[in-house]
Amino acid sequence: MMTTVVIQTIARVVVPFLQLFGLYIIVHGPVSPGGGFQGGVIVGASMILLALSYDLSSAETKVSHKVRIAMDSTGALLFAGIGLLCLLAGGVFLEYGIIPLPMVPAEVRGLMILLVGVAIGIHIMALAASLFLHLAEEHDT
Amino acid sequence: MDHSPILVVITPFVGAYLSPLLGLWRERLCHLVAVAAALLSLFFSFRLAGSVLTSGTIRYWVGGWEPPWGIELVVDPLSAFMCLTISLVSLLAVIYSKNFIEKELPGGKITSYYTLILLLIGGMLGVVVTGDLFNLFVMTEIFSIAAYALVAISGKRGSFIGSYRYLILASIGTSLILLGTGYLYIITGTLNMADLSVRLPAFYDSWVVFGALAFLLIGFGIKTALFPLHTWLPGAYSIAPAPVTVIFSAVVSKVGGYSLIRVLFTIFGLEFITDLVPVAPALTWVAAATILVASMFAISQRSLMRMLAYSSVAHIGYVVLGVALAVEMGMTGGILHIFNHALATGCLFFCAGAVIYKTGIRHIDDLRGLGGKIPLTMAAFTLAAASKVGIPPTAGFVSKFYLSLGALEAGEWIFVIVILLASLMTAVFYLRVINLIFFGGDKHEGKVQRDELPLSMLVPIIILALGCAVFGIFVGIPLRLVEPAVMVLSGM
Amino acid sequence: MILEFIAVNFPYLVSVSLLLVGLYAMIVRRNLIKKIMGLNILSTSVFLYLISVAYKEGGAPPIRVSEVEVYVNPLPHALVLTGIVVALALTSFALVLTIKIYKEYGTLDSDKLMDL
Repeated sequence: MMTTVVIQTIARVVVPFLQLFGLYIIVHGPVSPGGGFQGGVIVGASMILLALSYDLSSAETKVSHKVRIAMDSTGALLFAGIGLLCLLAGGVFLEYGIIPLPMVPAEVRGLMILLVGVAIGIHIMALAASLFLHLAEEHDT
Repeated sequence: MDHSPILVVITPFVGAYLSPLLGLWRERLCHLVAVAAALLSLFFSFRLAGSVLTSGTIRYWVGGWEPPWGIELVVDPLSAFMCLTISLVSLLAVIYSKNFIEKELPGGKITSYYTLILLLIGGMLGVVVTGDLFNLFVMTEIFSIAAYALVAISGKRGSFIGSYRYLILASIGTSLILLGTGYLYIITGTLNMADLSVRLPAFYDSWVVFGALAFLLIGFGIKTALFPLHTWLPGAYSIAPAPVTVIFSAVVSKVGGYSLIRVLFTIFGLEFITDLVPVAPALTWVAAATILVASMFAISQRSLMRMLAYSSVAHIGYVVLGVALAVEMGMTGGILHIFNHALATGCLFFCAGAVIYKTGIRHIDDLRGLGGKIPLTMAAFTLAAASKVGIPPTAGFVSKFYLSLGALEAGEWIFVIVILLASLMTAVFYLRVINLIFFGGDKHEGKVQRDELPLSMLVPIIILALGCAVFGIFVGIPLRLVEPAVMVLSGM
Repeated sequence: MILEFIAVNFPYLVSVSLLLVGLYAMIVRRNLIKKIMGLNILSTSVFLYLISVAYKEGGAPPIRVSEVEVYVNPLPHALVLTGIVVALALTSFALVLTIKIYKEYGTLDSDKLMDL
């Protein structure tokens, strides 16, 4: 693959901003359009940019296969866990308002939507990076 | 408050994501996770069935949001019946997987195998408990994608092409399902099935409703593998690992049939599909064609797996035929056949997998003399084949009997002939195999040792084979759920 | 008359033609990659249909702000978003399969693959 110093430098500058923007979209999910999936895809895309501008192995060292699997599962389990937490608190699945925290129910709901967004974000960023890295690996070997 | 409707779906999904996490640490834990998740699902299915029988249809609002705003899970007798069938077959298939997968799958794939199979199970359970049309689409996609991956997972020659063809055809189907769902949403403003059935009669003369019905029919028709949309099935089924094929043929295509039943009976209603638009009569003919054509193809197959695959296409035809007759006996027979056929075909594919595990044989001609080598497995094969042919007193006989009564009740005696003819054809190709197995001389003298399979493979085979016999005599047990299901569907 | 019909139903007509283009590509085209493109065009046509029915002149995002009167119906957007996620998963999986098929057989022509 052809990469130049220009591409690499720009990528190095852009990647932190991309990731910050992705995280911003994740945490603003409860109050504005956006959320876990959209933000997660942006963060994942930053890893794809790294892989494209440098090479696969440098992206692979940043987030190895095992880390991605762990993130992927943890995100999904966190989401299911929050849903099941509501069952423990006596509500139905994903009934956020019921969780007993020292806040008004609306705030609890907002907080839980944020947590769910973060869980989905973790899940999706690992997934989006994996999709590309695996495809590229398949092609390389 | 009983949380079984959501727990039955969530358990396999949690298992699916727990398994790669534990798989990073110890690979053999994945099997335990999968068995535990499937066992819990079966437990919750039993609880669902129990509470549906005592207190009627269960409605569960996810997130506490009242429908039509939130997603509603609805468990009526039919859903509970499907849940039980799916989780029973899945549990047996997961148990069976242990030895089979360790031998057949190259290293490193065991973790992803269990993740995918749990996603497949969870998706199917999600389809049968949901009361929301869009949720039905999402769950259909989840289990379909898991299914495509499971077809390809063995990496054997042809598996990628089989998976690709399955994917292309099935995703045309799911796109059409989404389009049909969109049509229904646009015209009625709701996605909740109960709500849809209330609001639709006002739009019965609208072309949009006809369009939606046509798209949904074709979409789920592909999923159900009705003739002539069945072409993806034999390729996909014969290549997937045996435990996966068991789940495919026993329940995956039945879940397509279930969605078809839901769309036709719960959303559009009996009157619309029989009187206003004769969809149900048309479906009976499609089903009859499916039965005859698939049986014909089955006779000409040389590979055991492909023969069984075509045979299971034919039996989906029986299910659709019975339900589309839209009379009480026929629907009872059709829905009962979902369970009875799941037992028989599950057992047959388990046996075919056992033969592959033991000897690597895939062709029917090579089966000669295996009856002396693995007698218990082959006896189970014979019993299940008898149930598929419909020899009394096996379970298959009962459902075919109900189907024939239903055809007579509907005044369509031609379908009785179809059922009899197809049973005859089924007998032809199973008798050929059984004849070879027991009386074909011994082709493997000295090559194959006489010993039985590992216990984890033998037990599922025996359970299903016994089920074929037991549920032929104690018909009342499945009928306790089937009869109320028919009542609910036909709106009585 | 016809022009008016086209003007009123423009998004739907585009959606239907995309649907047909997608179906054509998936069924008739022999190249496996083009079949996947057809799959994407097909699902895009469905998304376009859903989005264009949900469009409302001057509607705001459905997050409650006191001075806004007209909101866009969020549900079709949620449907489309879910559909996009599903299409993403399908496409990436289909591409992996295509790579594997190419490695195994050295061709992407579905007719040639059929003979093997």
